[in-house]
Amino acid sequence: MSQLLASAPALPLGHAGKFVAAAYIVVFVIVLVYVAIMAIRAQRIERDLDQLQRDVEAARAGSERDSERSGSLL
Amino acid sequence: MSAAWAVLRKDLRLELRSAETLPAMVLFAVVTIVIFHFALNRDTIQGQEAAGVFVIALLFASMLGINRLFVAEREQGGFDGFLLAPVDRGAMLLAKASALYLFLVVLEVIAVPAFKLFLLQPGLGRPLPGLIAVLALTNLALSVIGTLVSGIAVHTRARDLIGPMIGLPLLVPALIASARAAGPILQATHAPAAPPLRWVGTLALYDLVFALLAYAVFDFLLEE
Amino acid sequence: MRSTTYGRGLRSLSLLTVLFIAAALVMVFFYAPLDAEQGFVQKIFYIHVPLAIVSLCGFVFGGLMAIGYLRTGDRAWDMRSYVAIHMALIFGIGGLISGSIWAKASWGHWWVWNEPTLVSFLIVILLFCTYQPLRFSIEDPERQARYASVFAITCGAFVPLNFIAVSQATQFVHPRVLTLTGAHLPPAMGVTFLVSMIGITLLYATLWKYEMAAKNARSQLRRLRRTLLGEDLDRPYGRSAAPL
Repeated sequence: MSQLLASAPALPLGHAGKFVAAAYIVVFVIVLVYVAIMAIRAQRIERDLDQLQRDVEAARAGSERDSERSGSLL
Repeated sequence: MSAAWAVLRKDLRLELRSAETLPAMVLFAVVTIVIFHFALNRDTIQGQEAAGVFVIALLFASMLGINRLFVAEREQGGFDGFLLAPVDRGAMLLAKASALYLFLVVLEVIAVPAFKLFLLQPGLGRPLPGLIAVLALTNLALSVIGTLVSGIAVHTRARDLIGPMIGLPLLVPALIASARAAGPILQATHAPAAPPLRWVGTLALYDLVFALLAYAVFDFLLEE
Repeated sequence: MRSTTYGRGLRSLSLLTVLFIAAALVMVFFYAPLDAEQGFVQKIFYIHVPLAIVSLCGFVFGGLMAIGYLRTGDRAWDMRSYVAIHMALIFGIGGLISGSIWAKASWGHWWVWNEPTLVSFLIVILLFCTYQPLRFSIEDPERQARYASVFAITCGAFVPLNFIAVSQATQFVHPRVLTLTGAHLPPAMGVTFLVSMIGITLLYATLWKYEMAAKNARSQLRRLRRTLLGEDLDRPYGRSAAPL
């Protein structure tokens, strides 16, 4: 491990390093933004599932025929 | 085959009677050439510049024709009639592309002399045969892509926008090849007798691939 | 569409992706030698080129999925095509931005015309930016899927042609400054590039699967809602560019 660290080039903080860092950071940020958007969508799916669950139970508690139909599907 | 011919005849007859699209295209091309004189602030151009200017004028004028290609079919039920008839659906593609090709030929018959008059440097030897060959292939690219794109665009809401928006990037390789092929033959000095084979070959390849592709996918655009 | 699940295998795929990308990053900064000409700036190559290549392949992949839709009429294919193109566009924009940064670092300009990959890439990106507006402008979902598939196939075939044309156009004008993949690279760089390439490809596959799983879940939810509650085709969001 120490050998690896010893052979690692010291990161030039001058001109070149900034650009390389910028390129990799941009890509990283794009992927992160995408993950965040997907997280929001996952939340929405969960909320919709909840809503569906509540609606089904409400419909089931409603009429006899409704509960029969949805009962056979579950 | 006869179905394609029938549709083509109808389009040509319509255009002869109402004369809307073609005069507009010609005028547009000629005015573009004039505008280039002012934009570039030059009296004469030659070589690659001349080729570039002419190809762009041709492109913009063709966009006008492309936008109008299927409008009549859509508005007056031509699509329904065509679909009901027991004909090969590729006939519509053939007919429309041929119509556009013919329009472009007529356009060039007027635009090339206009270009020579207004902007092209005099005394260029004999570029005309080479230029005709290049333009023949370019027209094919414009026709095939134009018909395909117009077929896509006619059923959308933003009809006039979608056509050029999709068509222009698709046409870039053809335009590169076309301008690069025409460039050397429009040079004032050391102009070769024939356009460079590499670019003519690229243009021909592009035409072939997209003609086959358009023929393969066009049916799906016509389904209701 | 009944039992297709995209979540299966997603966990191992994403772990594999993390492994390869981490390995690639380590190799880029600790193992690959410094380029003689460009120095440290050349390291951008290891992220820019894989992004570009994967993006272009993604567009072609989207075209292939679209062929599947036109042949079977099953909207699942259209969904796959849409996500593939969407993902490839995101990767492509990443490739463009990293390419621009590289250009600025190497030559001082944010854009250069003498690099054919960048230029042909720009054209492809411009083209596929029209995909979503096209979809959005067609209301009927079946027609939307069909036209989008035609677009995807046409433009998928366009990608290699475009690359050829632009490479031809720029090759003989300026010497190729950025040496690309293949035999030109010393082995250490080659291995690093390969690892990075695999990592980015796996990232694309992972994100594609991820988005497919989310979209599939959502569409199954709507279908379930319709079946259980007997509601009509509910479209709370009005027109949409994405296949539902």
